Amino acid sequence: MSFYFAQFLTGLASASSLFLVASGLSIIFGVTRIVNFAHGSFYMLGAFIAYSLVTALPHGPLGFWGGVIISALVVGVIGVVMEILVLRRIYQSPELFQLVATFGVVLLIKDVALWVWGPEDKLGPRAPGFDGAVDIFGSKVPEYDLVVIVLGLVVLAALWLLFNRTRWGALVRAATEDREMLGALGINQALLFTSVFFLGSVLAGLGGALQIPRASVSHHMDLAIIATAFVVVVVGGMGSIVGAFLASVIISELNAFGILVFPEITLVLMFLVMVVVLVIRPWGILGKPEGEAAGEVLEGETLSIMPGRRMRLALLGAFALLLVLPSVVEPFYLLLLSEVFVFALFAASLHFIMGNGGMVSFGHAAYFGLGAYGAAMLLIYGDTGMELAIALAPLAAGLGALIFGYFCVRLSGVYMAMLSLAFAQIVWSVAFQSTELTGGEDGLVGVWPSPWASDRIVYYYLTLVLCAGGILALWRMLYAPFGYTLRAGRDSPLRVEAIGVNLRQHRWFAFVIAGLFAGLAGGLYGFLHGIVEPQAVDIPRSIDALMMVLIGGVQTLIGPLAGAFAFVFLENRLLAFEFWRAIFGLIIIGICVAMPLGIVGSLHRLALRAAAARAS
Amino acid sequence: MAVLSVSGLSKSFGGVHALSDVSFDVEAGELLAMIGPNGAGKSTCFNCINGQLKPDLGSVRFGEHDLVGRSPRQIWRLGVGRTFQITATFGSMTVAENVQMALISHHRRSRALWPLASSLYMERAHELLSAVGMQDQAERRCNVLAYGDLKQVELAVAMAHEPRLLLMDEPTAGMAPTERIELMELTAGIVRERGISVLFTEHDMDVVFANATRIIVLNRGRMVAEGSPADVRNDSMVQEIYLGAGSTFRAQASALEAADA
Repeated sequence: MSFYFAQFLTGLASASSLFLVASGLSIIFGVTRIVNFAHGSFYMLGAFIAYSLVTALPHGPLGFWGGVIISALVVGVIGVVMEILVLRRIYQSPELFQLVATFGVVLLIKDVALWVWGPEDKLGPRAPGFDGAVDIFGSKVPEYDLVVIVLGLVVLAALWLLFNRTRWGALVRAATEDREMLGALGINQALLFTSVFFLGSVLAGLGGALQIPRASVSHHMDLAIIATAFVVVVVGGMGSIVGAFLASVIISELNAFGILVFPEITLVLMFLVMVVVLVIRPWGILGKPEGEAAGEVLEGETLSIMPGRRMRLALLGAFALLLVLPSVVEPFYLLLLSEVFVFALFAASLHFIMGNGGMVSFGHAAYFGLGAYGAAMLLIYGDTGMELAIALAPLAAGLGALIFGYFCVRLSGVYMAMLSLAFAQIVWSVAFQSTELTGGEDGLVGVWPSPWASDRIVYYYLTLVLCAGGILALWRMLYAPFGYTLRAGRDSPLRVEAIGVNLRQHRWFAFVIAGLFAGLAGGLYGFLHGIVEPQAVDIPRSIDALMMVLIGGVQTLIGPLAGAFAFVFLENRLLAFEFWRAIFGLIIIGICVAMPLGIVGSLHRLALRAAAARAS
Repeated sequence: MAVLSVSGLSKSFGGVHALSDVSFDVEAGELLAMIGPNGAGKSTCFNCINGQLKPDLGSVRFGEHDLVGRSPRQIWRLGVGRTFQITATFGSMTVAENVQMALISHHRRSRALWPLASSLYMERAHELLSAVGMQDQAERRCNVLAYGDLKQVELAVAMAHEPRLLLMDEPTAGMAPTERIELMELTAGIVRERGISVLFTEHDMDVVFANATRIIVLNRGRMVAEGSPADVRNDSMVQEIYLGAGSTFRAQASALEAADA
């Protein structure tokens, strides 16, 4: 019995620290509607800065707590800098651009942390005065855990008072409930947003700083916490502080006890809880329903015009060029180009549901990964050979999309995006944790093409033909009645139901189609490198797809292809540099700020303007 | 013969009786206007008919079908068209494509993956657009259209599946006064020609009296008057409701309370 109580307290201590991070994320989302991926990086920075300060300052309570508080404040200032330098310039852009920009910040901070603190994990000092353990019902519980639990409750109370007893708090609540109304109130919105970023980032930094006596400080903290924090925010209800607290406790206790019962699937449990909550209460435990938000993300003239003759000729020319390329360029570039084809298909499949259907997925890598693992497992365990493995890869992914999509299409906007992320994380967890089947962290090796296709040139042609075929099929469907119906549902869900269309069913069907093609891309990808690792399905892979679509230009047909091309070649060029992530992050941020319509979209607009100038 | 037959329709929200025991018929080929002050229950009644709401009691018969319990989608399939108070069109599509979408759905081809949507049912779409006077703008996109034009597009969309009944929720809301009369006259002409029956709600009394063949009046969830425009215009109770004569209002209110008790 006492053991379970001790375990319960450990869970509560984790809940406290998780709550600090998640509440900050929730406040920021509530007011600014920004899905801030950099929040996990702020948490990591809080831990690293606190580690440096606490070890540098004189040993003692003042040094420790002073270091913790200063690091939280420093992180708050970093959050403000990000808000002013980056986000403030793109509040008018589609919401997803802001997400992509924050992911650029994630990459930047990752490399800055590597540069400043080096690659090794840091072991923080104990908190002076709380370095022992107390005996509770015969079990030893670290004193520091109790301190953290109390601190979590103190922060909860302080936030509650702040939001319910101050004018600033009232404004934050007003902004969370109705952003348009806020604009009509005549308050300084920029100042409100900046202050919200400060508070949110301070909370993330504090959460990280308080962790240093409990766990080592590592470079994996950022993405590890962000996924969990998203789950907490979504389960609790976006913008709800009390909801975030409840969800933190639920998730942390689930982890604390789940590890005793199902040690192999601890990672999956949390996401399963999120799925269950969202299916029963689509807006989280204490969240409020939102209006239709899916369409507004990507409104405009997206995809309204079929490619004309000139465009078709240009595409045909590009294809012909790709056909003759193997006789001209070095084999190395063929490998890169094969990768471009695969990612172009992957991005086009996301674009199919996102650009055309208004359904945002933060977890499209799920289907890429299912295709990759499906093909690899068929090859290794089923001995099917490459041909059948690639042919069946889409079905593996399509089956996943059939199941996951059934739930996703019941939601809209950011909730749908978050649920898709949860499903992707479930796939990732299984890939990562079922070592016997998937090879765990090391992945499955020996995924090589059949002898006839093992030559790089042959495989180049294979990927070219299959990916081009897939992309053309997706494009054709966009302009077929099915694609039109999806776009109609994006433009006006009300009207589409009033002309007798079962929109949910069509969206589900679209999810499956996108899954099939993402699966084909995943299957081809595995054979490209001979290995399938959990990276095929992790969060960065899902973000990659989003970035390719958005950076290329979600409003355009060839945007995702241009995005894939730019992405793969840029990454390859940059890999030569030691801090390539930072450069990459900066480039992403730069594109988000300078080209709000994406590369193709912005070029298209420039061309239109030039034409208009010539005409006048 | 009645196209739509509503009987004993009741709906409460919490303790509020939004609609109590409302019964009326929509006869073939008529333009029936449903009027009443704000909060009279027009929208509730409308939404119970079009499937957005499920009434607590009562039936809505359309031909041999009972519409109660069916979704808006199924009701549309049975041959009931709809226009909205605030227009709902597909902004990224052209005027013609908006109508083509309705035709595609009507022919149950919305799942087709191969044919080009913009080339399907083109002729029929243009026919419908010329009926509402929008053929000149067929190739313009809906997100650049004037509001009055969007209303006409909606009318063409609503007629795409050759409905027997058209439900129009405040068809002229948000339009300039002269445009309102024109739109309603256009509607009246089309439905008369095609033998479509119309049930519409409207705030603009000029529009109502100029076009309705019959009028029903709701107040506080009950039907208080029914008849030709002339009858309704002269009905003293209707005048009270709209003009709100103080003393008679009180008398009426106490009469209603007595009726409730």
